[in-house]
Parts: sequence; structure tokens; C-alpha cells
Amino acid sequence: MTAAPVLNPLELTGIQELTFAKALTLALHDAMAADPAVVVFGEDVGTLGGVFRVTEGLTATFGSERCFDTPLAESGIVGMATGMAINGIRPVVEMQFDAFAYPAFEQIVSHVAKMGNRTRGHVRLPLVIRIPYGGGIGGVEHHCDSSEGYYAHTPGLTVLTPSNVQDAYVLLSDAIASPDPVVFMEPKKLYFSKATVDLDALRARYASSGERGGARTVPSSIGQAAIVREGSDATLIAYGPSVAPALAAAATAAEEGRSLQVVDVRSLVPFDDETISAAVRSTGRVVVIAEASGFASMASEIAARVQERCFHSLAAPVLRVTGFDVPYPAPKLEKYYLPGVDRILDAVDRLQWGQS
Amino acid sequence: MTNHPEFLEHPGNAALLAGHQGEYLLPSATAVQFISAEGTAITTDKYKECYVFPAPEILLEGYGELVLGRRINEQASALVRQGRMAVYPSSYGQEACQVAAFMTLHRSDWLFATYRDTVAVMGRGVKPMEAFESLRGDWHSGFDPHQYNAALPTTPLATQLLHAVGVAHAAKLRGEDTVVLALCGDGATSEGDFHEALNFAAVFHIPVVFLVQNNQYAISVPLIHQSVAPSLAHKAIGYGMPGERVDGNDLAALLAVLGSAVERARNGGGPALVEAHTYRMESHTNADDATRYRSAEEVAQWVPKDPLVRLKKYLVHAGVLGSADAERFAVAAEALAKTLRDGLNERTEADPQDMFRFVYSEPTPQLREQSRMLAAELAAAGVAQTSVDGDLP
Ligand SMILES: Cc1ncc(C[n+]2csc(CCOP(=O)(O)OP(=O)(O)O)c2C)c(N)n1
Ligand SMILES: [Mg+2]
Repeated sequence: MTAAPVLNPLELTGIQELTFAKALTLALHDAMAADPAVVVFGEDVGTLGGVFRVTEGLTATFGSERCFDTPLAESGIVGMATGMAINGIRPVVEMQFDAFAYPAFEQIVSHVAKMGNRTRGHVRLPLVIRIPYGGGIGGVEHHCDSSEGYYAHTPGLTVLTPSNVQDAYVLLSDAIASPDPVVFMEPKKLYFSKATVDLDALRARYASSGERGGARTVPSSIGQAAIVREGSDATLIAYGPSVAPALAAAATAAEEGRSLQVVDVRSLVPFDDETISAAVRSTGRVVVIAEASGFASMASEIAARVQERCFHSLAAPVLRVTGFDVPYPAPKLEKYYLPGVDRILDAVDRLQWGQS
Repeated sequence: MTNHPEFLEHPGNAALLAGHQGEYLLPSATAVQFISAEGTAITTDKYKECYVFPAPEILLEGYGELVLGRRINEQASALVRQGRMAVYPSSYGQEACQVAAFMTLHRSDWLFATYRDTVAVMGRGVKPMEAFESLRGDWHSGFDPHQYNAALPTTPLATQLLHAVGVAHAAKLRGEDTVVLALCGDGATSEGDFHEALNFAAVFHIPVVFLVQNNQYAISVPLIHQSVAPSLAHKAIGYGMPGERVDGNDLAALLAVLGSAVERARNGGGPALVEAHTYRMESHTNADDATRYRSAEEVAQWVPKDPLVRLKKYLVHAGVLGSADAERFAVAAEALAKTLRDGLNERTEADPQDMFRFVYSEPTPQLREQSRMLAAELAAAGVAQTSVDGDLP
């Protein structure tokens, strides 16, 4: 048996090449180090370090009272986390895969989301539910769902989804600091993607704010979209796993002389109408991109909000490129299902260019 | 003691209950074992009043099935290593449970299995490539459950147990003498659906038998983190149904215990919970690395308890298994392995239009539109299509 490595955060400083998964580990680590109330639990998160290794080293570093395996029951995990949050703990729980969070749906929708409102604000639940989601990994059924829409539709839940390594650290740190429950959606195809980040700078965001959740040096990323590529002809709005194909489409379009702006929504709830509307008004053409089935989805919400707010700036109807309205397909068919560069560029072509 | 009126009315049960104070629902003091790890018959007649030692010809047939099951596991794992399949949750070491699961059922009975139970599913008659289609990644399933009375293997843990209860309930309403066998793992017993399924089965007194393959782990989590009950079989008494534990690497004991639970259910005796003690010899799946959470010494302790070796020793010693039969079994296993290799080496292309075909009995206008969009896209890209122009039903 190989002992899980003890994380030494001091070894990881300055400019580092990190995977998306390791950035999440560091965010968990730093939050646990800063606040003894932060506790991590779920299925296989202890000795194994999670099936995606996001909690690797946390039990060895903080002990099995701070990071531990539960019996195999998602409703139990979220229900117990709710009780712990009522009594002074800040739980960060892991659902092993998107579809395996469904047994916890009752707890999430009926209790986690509603507690603050039911109690007239007397009970706030500072808890984070981490959910790996999305496809593109050749996974078998129940391992590739895009379930963000269920949570975004439920008032009372904050829903965040990072699309890059730096945001993995930033958004998870902000989620843990939030006084409200956060459903934290992790695009699983990004876990092993890498980027070079300045860890000291990232940590400085929080360093002087003392106890997390207290005064901050910088505003929280909750409710903040980001322009991840400047462009003047049309705006691609994407989040989580669909940001990469949006950026790739923008790069291809640039070679063909078309300048596409790319917006990363980051915070599905609360939604950054201000940034996104301003971006849309600057180009007047929009394609919304998401992996989830399009019907009654997050992409629908984005399209509706943009249309309501920017109608007079739009030169063409807002288009959506989403997954089809079918259950996520078997591995050999997922390439046909996922929104890719070609499908995005086809949509861009249909933005009525001749008419303006 | 169960209070269910139908249970008490049943003459066989009344006799069983006479003189008992509810102990009837509790499992034996130790797991039922008929053949020791060394391959010798257990001579005490402790269990003889409850269970019948299987006949030699049944054990011989069972041994042949074990050989096939082992070969399926070995071949499938090899094909995963060669990249022919993305994933295979192996039942290596658990073959006795797999074989007992189908040998105790009639053709008209039903099996509800998990992702780990490919061998049991094939035992229902499901053809090799039908059983492996989902693992090859072509579709979520490769067979029609009604053709074999075998549900699709289920991944969301414990959810299938309630479907098993429903099929058994329907059978009761329809006056069929169907028994349903529902499989799950030790970890799955922690899910709420496990509790709900056992309670429903007991309250409705329906013919469903739950077989928990306790292979000691749920991925990395050992049993002690799932349950601190005296045994998983002890949970049965809380629902008012009998529980039993059995050596899950002893095919003779499994056939006896499971067989008796199935026949009791068939005769109106109600549900039962059987816990089989076994061990997951390989990693959870090929994507897992078991060395991270358990020692090689621990795994090594289970090697001598292997279900095949033990039954082989017993049958050879008893003069039941000769070289001709051994040769026959080996030839059949090799033929099956070749079928798997050939099937999985074949390059198949799935039809993308299948995505739209089966979501509803009649595709919605939206799905027809999306189907045409994909067909146009593929045509523009010059991709050859099986279905032209989104020709949905
Ligand atoms: C509802 C649900 N939660 C989590 C998972 C992920 N998962 C797949 S198998 C497994 C372990 C199951 O252990 P056990 O029931 O003992 O069966 P075994 O794999 O050992 O046969 C887990 C956690 C799942 N499939 N379904
Ligand atoms: Mg198990």
C-alpha cells in the first residue's frame, strides 16, 4: 500500500504548472488550513483521494476528522452536511459523478436551497456540493450528465463552474467562503488539463482577509462573468466545458477574418447580466454554447436574458448550440452530440451577416 | 419473527416458526459453508436441517460454469488492457456468486444485476456480444430484457432493487410463479433505495430474493465504513424477512442457500436477504488502482479461497470431475474467449441517428428537427451515413 502524499503547501508557491484537479486540491487545502470549520467528506475522498484525486493528501494532512469517507449514500452525505452547517461546520462534500448526485436531489432542493428563506435568514448554510459533470471522456452512461440546469433552476442555490485552472482555485475558494450553499460544477474533462499560474498572487486574494468569509481584499468571483477573448463581430457565451470549444472556434474564425468575443459565464447563479449584456451590445450578435440538452436549459435562460436586455442592439436572433435533447449518448456517439467548433461556426454563419 | 399475515398463514412457515422466538429471521452464527477452502466437504451437519447439499451432477455443471465465468473475466480484462473496451468491472474471484445467481433461477424468473455481474447476465442466455455491447461503447445496452428476463445491468447503486420488487409484485398480481433475484454490492446496502426495496418486499410479501455480494470493498472503502451491524444479513430481521450469510466462494453452499430462498419465495414464503462473503480480487475497474488502499498481503490471503480451485479439488477427490469433463469445459471456455476477442476486435460504427430514435415511442418534432440538422451536417462533411436524411421511424 502506497501512503497518500502529505500536501506541503509551502513547497507549492510562486509560478507553478498545475492541473485543474490540483488547483482544486490546493483551494481545499488552503481553506482547511485557514479555517478549522472547513471539513471535507464524500465517497472515496479519504484514503483514495477521490476518483479524480481532488482530495488527495487532505486526510494525511488534516486527519480523518477533517477529510473522511462516508457510507455510500448521497442523500446521507448532503443531509448530514446540512445538519453540520446548521451547527457551525463548513462542509465541502463531493458527489462522485453528476448522475450519482440524484439520490441527494431531495436534500438539495427541499432543504439546502430553502433553508435560508424558510428561516427568514436565521439559518444560513455555508456548504459546498462539488459535482464533476459533463462528457467528452468516453464515459459510460450516468457518468456524463450535464445537470447544472436542475440546480440553476432552483432558487436558493449558488451555482458556479470554472473553465480553467486558475478559476478552479479562485471559484472554489470563493464558494467555500460564501455564506450560502454553492453547487460547484467541475467539468470532468478538464481535470487533467494544465496551466501555469502564479500561486502567490492567487493566495494573496485571500491572505489579508483573515478568516475566510470575512473582509476580502478583492471582490468575490460569485456573480462575475469574464471576457476570456476580445472580439468585435459576435459574442460567444459559454461556461465550464464549452468554453474551450468556444475559444477554439474564435481562433478559427479569426483566421477567416471574423473577430469573435468569448464570454465565460463562470457564475451561473447569480448571473452577471451587467457584464454579459455589455458584451453583447458591443457586438450585436450572439451564440450561446452549452453541452447540456438545450430544451429548458441554462442556455435557454442566457438567450432569454440577452434578448430581453439587448434586443435593440441585436442584428440577428440569439442562437444556441447545445447538446441534443437526448440522454447523453454512449461513448461512440458522443462526438456527434457535443457542441464542437464546426457546429459553433455554422451558427455564427447564420447570424444574418448580409443584413447589417 | 415476521408478523406478516400471509407469512404466518403459509403452512411451511408456520412449521418453521414453531418454537422459535424470531431467531428464524437471523442468519447462522457463521457463514454457511459446505466445502472448505481445502476442497473437503464440511462434515458437521449443522446446516443439514435447513439446506440440501447439491447433487454431484449439479456441482459438476456448476464447475463448468465457473470455468466459463473465470475465462470471461480474464478475457475481458485482457481486452481492456489492449484498448478494445474502455472499462470492465470484473467479477474475478466472485464467480461462484455469479454462477449461483443464474443456476438457481428458472427460465421464467427474473434477474436484476449490477455493472459487475456480466457473468451472471450471460448465464441468463444473453449472447456474448449482446452482454458486451455497452462496455464496447456502442450503446447503453445490447439486449432486450424481456427476451431473457434479465434487466439491464444497473450502475446507479441499489436503484435496481426497487425495480426487482416491482417485477415481483406484478408477477404476484398476475398470478405468475416468477421469482426475482436482485443483486447488489456491500456498498450499495448503504443507499436509501436498499432500505426501501427490502421494506417494500417484506410488507407486500413478494417473491424477491436479495443477494448481496459482500466483496469487502466499495471502490476504496472497506466494509467497516459502510456498516457496523453484526453482518449485512442481520439487517433482514429489521424488515421482517429471513437473512442468511454464506461463503460466497463456495458454490455448493451458495446453490443450497440461494436455492432454498428462491424456492421458498416461489412457494409463497416471501422475500429473503442473502449475504455472500467474497472478495474483489481485482481493482474496482481498470480505472482504479487498488494498491492505493489495500495491501498485497490482504489480497494474497484470499487467493487460497478461490472458488474454482476449491470446487475442482472437491470434485476430483470425489471422483466426479475426470479429465474428459475438464477438457470439455476448457474447450468451451476457449471458444467463448475467442468469440469475445473476435467480437471486440471487430470495428463497429454506431449510427448517430440512433440518438433520436428511442427517446420517445414517437420522436418529437424537436427531435426530428435535430435529427435532420445532424444528417445535414454529416452530409456536408462527406460522412457516409447509415440512415439517410434523418429517416426516423
Ligand atoms: C448512486 C451511486 N453513487 C455512486 C456511484 C459510484 N460507484 C460506482 S460503484 C461504487 C462502489 C460500489 O460498491 P459495492 O456496492 O460494494 O459494489 P462492488 O463495486 O464492490 O461490486 C461507487 C461508489 C454509483 N454508481 N451510484
Ligand atoms: Mg463491494
